[in-house]
Amino acid sequence: MGRIGTAVLWAVALLLGSGVSAQTLRIGVVGPMAFVQGEHTWYGATLAAEEINRAGGVQIGNQRYRIELIRVDTNEMTSVTDAATAVERAITAQRVDFLVGGFRSEAVLAMTEVAADYRKIFIITGAALDGLLAGRVDRNYERFKYLFRVSPNKSSDLARTSLLLAGEVIQAVRQQLGIPRPRVAILAERAAWADPLVETAGRLFAAPPPQGYGAEVVGTWRPSATATDVTPELTAIQRAGAQVIFTVLSGPVGVPFGRDWGRLRIPAAPVGINVEAQQETWLRATDNLGTYVATLNSLAPGVAITPRTIPFISTFQARFRQFPIYTASGAYGAIHILAEALTRAGTTNVDAVVRALEATDYTGPTGRIVFDRTHDVTWGPGYTTGLGVQWVGGRMQAFWPRNWQVEGRVVSYAGVRPYQLPPWVVEAWRR
Amino acid sequence: MLAAILVNGLVLSGIYGMLALGFALTYGVARILNLAHTAFYMAAAYALFFFLGLMGFAPAALLSALLVLGLALLAYWFFLEPLKEYEATVLIVTIALALLLQEVALLLFGGHFRSVPALLPGFVEILGVRVAQQALLALLFAGGVLLLAWAFLKGTRLGLSIRAAAQDQEAAELLGISLSRAGYWAVGLGALLAALAGLAVAPMATLEPHMWMPPLLVVLAAVVLGGLGSLPGALLGALVLAFAEVTVVNLVPGGAFLRTAVALLILVLVLVLRPEGLFGASFAEER
Repeated sequence: MGRIGTAVLWAVALLLGSGVSAQTLRIGVVGPMAFVQGEHTWYGATLAAEEINRAGGVQIGNQRYRIELIRVDTNEMTSVTDAATAVERAITAQRVDFLVGGFRSEAVLAMTEVAADYRKIFIITGAALDGLLAGRVDRNYERFKYLFRVSPNKSSDLARTSLLLAGEVIQAVRQQLGIPRPRVAILAERAAWADPLVETAGRLFAAPPPQGYGAEVVGTWRPSATATDVTPELTAIQRAGAQVIFTVLSGPVGVPFGRDWGRLRIPAAPVGINVEAQQETWLRATDNLGTYVATLNSLAPGVAITPRTIPFISTFQARFRQFPIYTASGAYGAIHILAEALTRAGTTNVDAVVRALEATDYTGPTGRIVFDRTHDVTWGPGYTTGLGVQWVGGRMQAFWPRNWQVEGRVVSYAGVRPYQLPPWVVEAWRR
Repeated sequence: MLAAILVNGLVLSGIYGMLALGFALTYGVARILNLAHTAFYMAAAYALFFFLGLMGFAPAALLSALLVLGLALLAYWFFLEPLKEYEATVLIVTIALALLLQEVALLLFGGHFRSVPALLPGFVEILGVRVAQQALLALLFAGGVLLLAWAFLKGTRLGLSIRAAAQDQEAAELLGISLSRAGYWAVGLGALLAALAGLAVAPMATLEPHMWMPPLLVVLAAVVLGGLGSLPGALLGALVLAFAEVTVVNLVPGGAFLRTAVALLILVLVLVLRPEGLFGASFAEER
């Protein structure tokens, strides 16, 4: 081959090379990858990226871009510093263009500071703390405008849904067991996010209807989020005569709670938030003793919140052989939302993409996602509220919303079944 | 409430006692402050979980205990015995060993929570308090194991030499007791006790790679409270801490998360009044 031929080959190679790199969007998927929360963030993002790439990629202006996902293990369960360092490394060394994911609020707080420093868009898909966005995006827009949250709903909204679920169970106790003033015990892990929920729940349960639930609060127990044994707490709750246990548990304590509650057949129905009970592994983790535990969740088998819910669950299960948790649906939605925003913006210029993201109106597997002025996902009927789920007959089934009357409308999803009181609760208290 | 404190406190004491006795034995005889002690407990629980997928409970438990025993003796032979003159180095090595075991568990089993089926499902009521039958079984097992360990230490020549080494190493050596051999026996027995505690607790516990950390704090506290190196002291320390924890949960439900903190406060108060612990020689004398 002559010198001219060689030069032509080099030129073609360079052109091809530059073309490939210019047409790739590098998205960092961040999370604790050794844990189910991070693993599902990765799976959800993978599914969305594959769908988009199969359809030809993301159209931005006149060009089509392929999505390349970069797996960023944050080790955030054990080290917040590791998480911030991982994000910095992803931005500077791995050259990611956007960030999606995060689970532990404390770690996400640190990671989003790094993202703001580098002016990188970070779409949160796993952490609930209100203050990740409220007080930052609204008060210091120029620094924090790059932050958005797709899932879960913020803590105060999760509180609203969990209180609605508790209302269902209190009503079931009242109607099915003939107890006019059910007794409720509050079992909340000792954590900052749980404090306002405990305070609100205590007031709401005790207040007379229609403002409150007309129940009696028999006590509040606050174990550590990492407690490995809650037998003394459960024994005390049983002796206090509670018929309902309102749980506010996001940490590993949720598992010993379910296991000890089932093993001791505590005659009080648990409902509220138990993040461990949201996962497919719940019954295995509790040696099948966590049956009848009820919790807030994002998805449930067979419940079509939107037309995208069932196809998402089916594809996810076929591909990964697991039921998706909320970080999966969150990451899946986040990648699609980002792709749509990039197409609308017609450019990868970060300020233009932020503006396009602010105009998002996307219907995903868990509901309709519209960002509020703090870039947080809007809660409410017609948007995203979550589901109430209960473990019955070896599977997770939804019990809420079912004929939920709100703002002059009735919200109900197909596949939602009535709540079932645990049989030993019925046996202990039926009058 | 008194019944709840009594019953739950007793059950918790059995578990803490088994772990504390093994720890005290290792320190008393081999002079090793083994911070990997509860990591051996975790390893036994995970091994049981793994072997139960392949065989019945008894062979799985036996294999798990032997695996942990082998692991502990290997660790002692390779890392700890050559370094045991350097207390701070040994401390760091045992922490490293514990973290290594934790990371291996994370690698092999992931961060998912696991459970081991209970041998005895259901519960019984004692003085009106519900107690899981598995917890009672664990308590009986702990009692049996502690009695056996006691009989071995008190009733055999080997036990005598281990106790002699624990009390006064120089005098024991002058009497012809091999400190190295006693060290191996103490480390082996200590690890075996940790493994048996892991096997007893596994059906009631949530298996996850960090499960060794919370009991380590309690065990350290129990051993210091009882008097470093004192075997009856370790048991008494475990009893005091377990009852302190259960009492806090029952008396101050809103402060249930403080159960370990209050137990540690009791430890500090006891040490202020009696720095050598309840049964121990004074620190100055130890040195």
